[in-house]
Amino acid sequence: MNDVELILESTARLGSLLLFIALGELLAERAGTLNISVEGMALGGAFTASFVAWESGSPVLGLLAGIACGLAVASIQAVLSHRITINQFVVGLAINLLVLGVTSYLQAELDIGRGQVHVVAIPLLSDIPVVGGALFEQRWIFYLIYPLVPLTWWLLMRTRWGLELRAVGEDPEAASITGISVQRRRRQAIYVCGLYAGLGGAFLSVGLIGGFTPNMTAGRGFIAIAAVILGSWAVGRTVVATLIFGGADALRLALPAIGVEMAPQLLIAAPYLVALVTMFVFAQGRRQPAALGRGYEGLAT
Amino acid sequence: MSVTAPAPEREAPPGEESLSQGPAWRTTASDAALFTLLLVICIGIALGLASALVAVTGSSPGEVWEAMIQGSVGSTPAITSTLNHGAITLVVAVGACIAFRAGLVNIGPEGQLTFGALMGTTVGLALPFEGGFAILLVLLAAAAGGAVWALVPAILKYWRGVSEVVTTLLLNFVAFQTVSFAVNRTYLLQETVPADSPVAAQPQSDRLPEGDRLGALADGVGYRLQITIVIAVVLALVAAFLIARSPWGLRLRMFGFNPHIARRVGAKPGRIGGGALLLAGAFAGLAGGLLLTGVVLRMQGGFSSGVYGSFSNNFGWEGLLAALVARFRPLYAIPVAIFFGALRAGGGVLASTGVDSSIVGVVQALVVLAVTLPAVLLQVRARRRQAAMQRERT
Repeated sequence: MNDVELILESTARLGSLLLFIALGELLAERAGTLNISVEGMALGGAFTASFVAWESGSPVLGLLAGIACGLAVASIQAVLSHRITINQFVVGLAINLLVLGVTSYLQAELDIGRGQVHVVAIPLLSDIPVVGGALFEQRWIFYLIYPLVPLTWWLLMRTRWGLELRAVGEDPEAASITGISVQRRRRQAIYVCGLYAGLGGAFLSVGLIGGFTPNMTAGRGFIAIAAVILGSWAVGRTVVATLIFGGADALRLALPAIGVEMAPQLLIAAPYLVALVTMFVFAQGRRQPAALGRGYEGLAT
Repeated sequence: MSVTAPAPEREAPPGEESLSQGPAWRTTASDAALFTLLLVICIGIALGLASALVAVTGSSPGEVWEAMIQGSVGSTPAITSTLNHGAITLVVAVGACIAFRAGLVNIGPEGQLTFGALMGTTVGLALPFEGGFAILLVLLAAAAGGAVWALVPAILKYWRGVSEVVTTLLLNFVAFQTVSFAVNRTYLLQETVPADSPVAAQPQSDRLPEGDRLGALADGVGYRLQITIVIAVVLALVAAFLIARSPWGLRLRMFGFNPHIARRVGAKPGRIGGGALLLAGAFAGLAGGLLLTGVVLRMQGGFSSGVYGSFSNNFGWEGLLAALVARFRPLYAIPVAIFFGALRAGGGVLASTGVDSSIVGVVQALVVLAVTLPAVLLQVRARRRQAAMQRERT
């Protein structure tokens, strides 16, 4: 592999990791929840997947367990913030701290070995020059992203559920009057976000790294939030945004090997800076869901 | 115009975010009793869950709790450690209270603390003298640095209408990388080592001169009680008084309760809200300065790929959580912050029991949820009752 192929391969790898998480976050945000506990969901998924894969010897079981853990963390967030109506950011902060604590603690106390899923090269397609290796010769969990992107778009833009989801994210009061249960839709969006983020975390631990280290998601959930902002809350553009951020991450890893001098700190901070600039430039464009981050406690009557 | 209305007895919950669980429901004695009961139950469940986690991994919860109590209040050094840690948390928490009371969700104290400390270090190393006046300048620089870091979200919010939640969150990570950049460049802040030194320069700054160390209240074998706890408590008292009794405090609370009404009586959103954000940043930055001059005396970089700054050591997040537990009241924040300090001090000695100290984070998170839950539960009950009554009427 030459340098370009190498960088493209890491871009696809790291970008897809962000995309798993960002697609979930996108759904939650379109329903009106600025779900900062997505970081905790991914971290929990990463730990559980690694643990179960090691204990059972089956990466598939690990993957499923990771997804289940994402869902479990999501249900804490959903019930506390959208049933008991504690402020969503308070819940999110506490959940992130909780998951970080529990996973670091268990990792220190339990003995978890390494285990990693295989690289599967898709015949013919992986022989395509330049991009073949990046897109069609990856650890197999990677390929789940291909159906997931159109599926998410279809769910959000072409189903009744997706329409209602967007409605409660834009104008919960109006949605409620038409008979949509605002809190239920928002909870469901968070559950789906948990599934995606858990899958993303599992991809990180049993797919990319092959083990668990404390705080291994290292803020990727927050980068996913930044990607959703850069992607202006649309599925297609979020894909592009995650590829850009994945590319920045890939460059950070690749540049020293190629011999290019560039501050790694700048590349690490790049997604955050890009998201901040995006918000600054497009602030008045009303691109974000109108009720994003706003709690809902029922209609005032 | 000046606002002359008397300060209300109880403050209103800040605004649309339903951030605070206002006391509107707490009208009867039975409600208050129920609240207390729920609180005790919730905290009991939280501690129970943490104990279960310890037990699951084959350690003894009793031993862990005993070690934590020993390590936080069991001896003079333990109490000192509790107070020293709690003080830093408290300073952050007071700032967080101010922002929350204005209805703003500032989740960037960690970054503000980090950047403040970076500015403090820069000034401290640049000053040609050391001593009391130098410490003052370092602390001022740190507070200014924190405020600058909060200025960005303030500008974005009040000029461009961008929610402060995401901007403050994202700026944390920019701050960590800024520090990492600075302490990895010899032309910026990285320490200078003699050319013949066997160890390479670490990603950290030079040490501040010993004269820049904050004074101690008490000094003894194995302990050193920082003066920071006094500073922190005084700041909390002043903030509590100003929020409750000054025209600024009234505007702040009104603004948090309903920005539109506040604007009608002459409170400028940019000045009140933006000012609250800057103050929160300044408090966080000051906490960074106190951490710098009191304990660390140098800026540290941490891992270039990590997201949590190694200098700030989670004090920013902890102060934020302490403010949440204290329900945005600086006075309540005093015991809460000291409790958090005790958890931290207790966690520091856990190594001797063979239990990983990350259990402390678990306890903190569970306590936050446990303390937040009862008030909201009662609020939900009140809402349901109201809805039921309305249904009966119609």
